[in-house]
Amino acid sequence: MARIEAEVGKPQGGFIKWIDDRFPFTATMKYHVTEYYAAKNFNIWYVFGVLAFVVLFMQLFTGIFLTMNYKPSAAEAFASVEYIMRDVEWGWLIRYLHSTGASFFFIIVYLHMFRAMLYGSYKKPRELIWVIGMLIFLVLMAEAFAGYLLPWGQMSYWGAQVIISLFGAIPWVGDALVEIIRGDYSISDITLNRFFALHVIALPLALIGLVFVHIVALHEVGSNNPDGIEIKKNKGPDGVPLDGIAFHPYHTSKDLVAIIIFLMIFSSVVFFAPDMGGYFLEHANFEPANLTATPEHIAPVWYFTPFYAILRAVPDKLWGFILFGLSVMLPLFLPWLDRSRVKSIRYRGWIYKSALSIFVVTFLVLGWLGTMPADPMYVLAARIFAVIYFAFFILMPYYTVIDKTKPVPERVVYHG
Amino acid sequence: MVKFNQIASLLLVTACFASAPGFAAGGGAQMEHADIDPDNINSLQRGAANFMNYCSGCHSAQYVRYKTIGNDLDLSDEMLVDNLMFNAEKTFETIQASMPADDAARWYGTTPPDLSLMARAKGVDHVYNFLKGFYIDSDSPTGVDNLQLPGTSMPHVLWELQGYQAAYFTDHENEDGSVTTTFEGFEQLTPGSMDSEDFDNFVRDTTNFLAYVAEPIRSDRRKLGVWVLMFLTFFLILSRMLKKQIWKDIK
Repeated sequence: MARIEAEVGKPQGGFIKWIDDRFPFTATMKYHVTEYYAAKNFNIWYVFGVLAFVVLFMQLFTGIFLTMNYKPSAAEAFASVEYIMRDVEWGWLIRYLHSTGASFFFIIVYLHMFRAMLYGSYKKPRELIWVIGMLIFLVLMAEAFAGYLLPWGQMSYWGAQVIISLFGAIPWVGDALVEIIRGDYSISDITLNRFFALHVIALPLALIGLVFVHIVALHEVGSNNPDGIEIKKNKGPDGVPLDGIAFHPYHTSKDLVAIIIFLMIFSSVVFFAPDMGGYFLEHANFEPANLTATPEHIAPVWYFTPFYAILRAVPDKLWGFILFGLSVMLPLFLPWLDRSRVKSIRYRGWIYKSALSIFVVTFLVLGWLGTMPADPMYVLAARIFAVIYFAFFILMPYYTVIDKTKPVPERVVYHG
Repeated sequence: MVKFNQIASLLLVTACFASAPGFAAGGGAQMEHADIDPDNINSLQRGAANFMNYCSGCHSAQYVRYKTIGNDLDLSDEMLVDNLMFNAEKTFETIQASMPADDAARWYGTTPPDLSLMARAKGVDHVYNFLKGFYIDSDSPTGVDNLQLPGTSMPHVLWELQGYQAAYFTDHENEDGSVTTTFEGFEQLTPGSMDSEDFDNFVRDTTNFLAYVAEPIRSDRRKLGVWVLMFLTFFLILSRMLKKQIWKDIK
């Protein structure tokens, strides 16, 4: 309850009090930071949420400075990127931070999602956090795709050409839809302009909004932990969960260590291998977009390749598109596909452990296949692994029920 | 607690990307390793001279300023003006081809590509082998073809240095009736002014320079990277101590 000072001219409680009477500053800090309790047994898998936040901030920050020097026009875009790389003070660093940041964003988000699969973080009562997270993932894919067109290199152009034309496979409305996305009969200056608008304002805005909602939902139900135990069930007399410790200063001081380790790995790439051997910056993208010369081998950037491999594995264009979309969307249904009684992998049986291991291998192999040319052997392999990919999700309601689980302890396991 | 094996698992994730997709090899020819030394200033200076003398007549490097080359390769403004700037007045200008693009398109059927990023787009080995790969071909309008880029419209610009060579191929019939052509080797037909070792070094220096202009900041970023990592290591130790101090009561 805000209480207005009765005695005018005699302020009490200082500046913070003045703010608190007008804005819930202290209350918000307590709720989300100093009195937000999360389990003390967090392991390495629990740093990727914070790291994703760090990378999001870095992408926004470097993006602002890139926008100051970039020209969203088919005639000038490629040259303006080289201008940033060569003539703008520290422009090369800003650009490498942004391009490397894009790849690391996906590495982190994939590991963050895998954490949820390890410890059942999507299960009740956190279904909505997971669904919002999947929406973040979809927007992030769109954001990365739009951003990749902007340098206007060969792979920017032809990669976009391939992916946008996929929508043409949709019956009846396909061709019209493709035209709406491109704004033209082929990818052109108009497409570049609208992708620029999407990349620098529309999608980041959606991303920030969704991340905000993601965290609000998380703080409402509380964080999961490697044991998958609800720490709110065991509270002390002061109402604080017995296994919980405050986000600040405990988790923040631990996250700081993780952030620095992350920055060391990240810097190693930025300063010593910004191309990452053609994975983070594709070689062909150092040639300006050429509408008359199709590159020998068009491959999307690595973070799209698992889904791209599934797309190519299907001989029919429409079904390829449907299965491609399905492969991206299926994880969204995990909270309802997974019917196990326990959350954490620590208390699951061998069936789920094997299924998850096979799934990880499948995802990595599909990712590798997506970077390779569509030779018959590779396509055959992609088909086999695509079937395994879908089987992991579709069979989940069965194998998670028959899987023998172990009893879950009352309190979290913590060895100090 | 962030343990060593946890850090190791993070590093492993990074290592997954260490095996890189190679550059698409043109023409299916085997490539010699360019073996350039980006830290060798003398090689880069020689490469700059080679580029201005033999390449810049037809090819631009439109994103590269003379001044940048001067700063990075220890060349004064006078040295730039006297030795490298044939068609430019001021050192801040970029490298433009002497030959007008329209004429080039009329004479060669295509405009010679800009070389600012060629080494980064195609790889240094491609550049090195391309420059060494011209051989006599009487069917070609220029009298030569290239092993690395078959059907190229570029004439053998370095013929005075390398001389002319012939390429030998063998045809091998596969089981399905298709024919695979294998490159067997070059044979020197007329000598050039350089022996093959000198010519290799000439091409190597030129390739080195092209790799440099593709990313002039390369050597600076590597030097800076060492400092960044040293700073972060120091910061890591501090943050680790802070974390231990804060967590000492948690049991």
